[in-house]
Amino acid sequence: MHAAVVVFPGSNRESDVVRALRRSGAQVSLVWHADHELPAGTDLAVLPGGFSYGDYLRCGAIAGRAAAMDAVRAHAARGGLVLGICNGFQILCESGLLPGVLMRNVDRRFICHRQTLRVERTDTRFTSAYAPGQVIDVCVAHGEGNYFADPETLARIEGEGRVAFRYCDATGAITVEANRNGSLNAIAGVLSETGNVLGMMPHPENFVEDLIGGTDGRGLFDSLAA
Amino acid sequence: MKARIIVTLKTGVLDPQGKAIEAALRSLGIEGVDGVRQGKVFDIEVSAVDSAAAEATLRTACEKLLANTVVENYAIEIL
Repeated sequence: MHAAVVVFPGSNRESDVVRALRRSGAQVSLVWHADHELPAGTDLAVLPGGFSYGDYLRCGAIAGRAAAMDAVRAHAARGGLVLGICNGFQILCESGLLPGVLMRNVDRRFICHRQTLRVERTDTRFTSAYAPGQVIDVCVAHGEGNYFADPETLARIEGEGRVAFRYCDATGAITVEANRNGSLNAIAGVLSETGNVLGMMPHPENFVEDLIGGTDGRGLFDSLAA
Repeated sequence: MKARIIVTLKTGVLDPQGKAIEAALRSLGIEGVDGVRQGKVFDIEVSAVDSAAAEATLRTACEKLLANTVVENYAIEIL
């Protein structure tokens, strides 16, 4: 597994995701946002978390139109894997690789806390190491994570089973309290129509070591590296 | 040529910032405010030969970057 992590001005989680990918056995290189190509042999392009371009205009809006994103789009069109975490998810929505948009959290607060997620799909390249319906304990850290799509788009996403993760409580129940940012249908992670692009707000890359307090994020990187 | 682009949230899209501003206005004792929606204004200098060409350029700018048409509408004014 060769992964290319795209770094934008203002990205700040690239080291975390590089570490998580390497831990699972991937070979990782960094790509600058102004580069026009991904390294030859790239299997997976990763858009890390952070605040690309200072969240100017809209979160992910300017990064979504960066030169490197043309390469990521071409990679996705060839069937290559793409993973966007947090700001990376916002960039994927802004770049048109995923439907919908991440709006300001419903309570207007930046949220930063442990978060349980229910794994909705395990038959994907991103989630095969998890058990169906498994509840994983990771974290969220964002101000704009409130997933929104128009009713037709939302119906299509649900109808095609493209929700990979939902916010849930510790028992796996989908509750209003567990969905702190107010996302429609408690959506925490969405797949593209072809299943090779995943965007998610929570941070699995921060929970891959016991030392940090949890290892439930490993499954995502182990799935990709398998 | 000067132009102004106004980007607003579509009807029905939740606007937590607008709600917060509305609440702040109420707490200042400003009566009669029934709703607030926050948007963005872009003042743009365009080097187009006529207003039709300017509008075409700005429409492209809105569609490609300035507005996210999933949740936002835009209006172009040639000043």
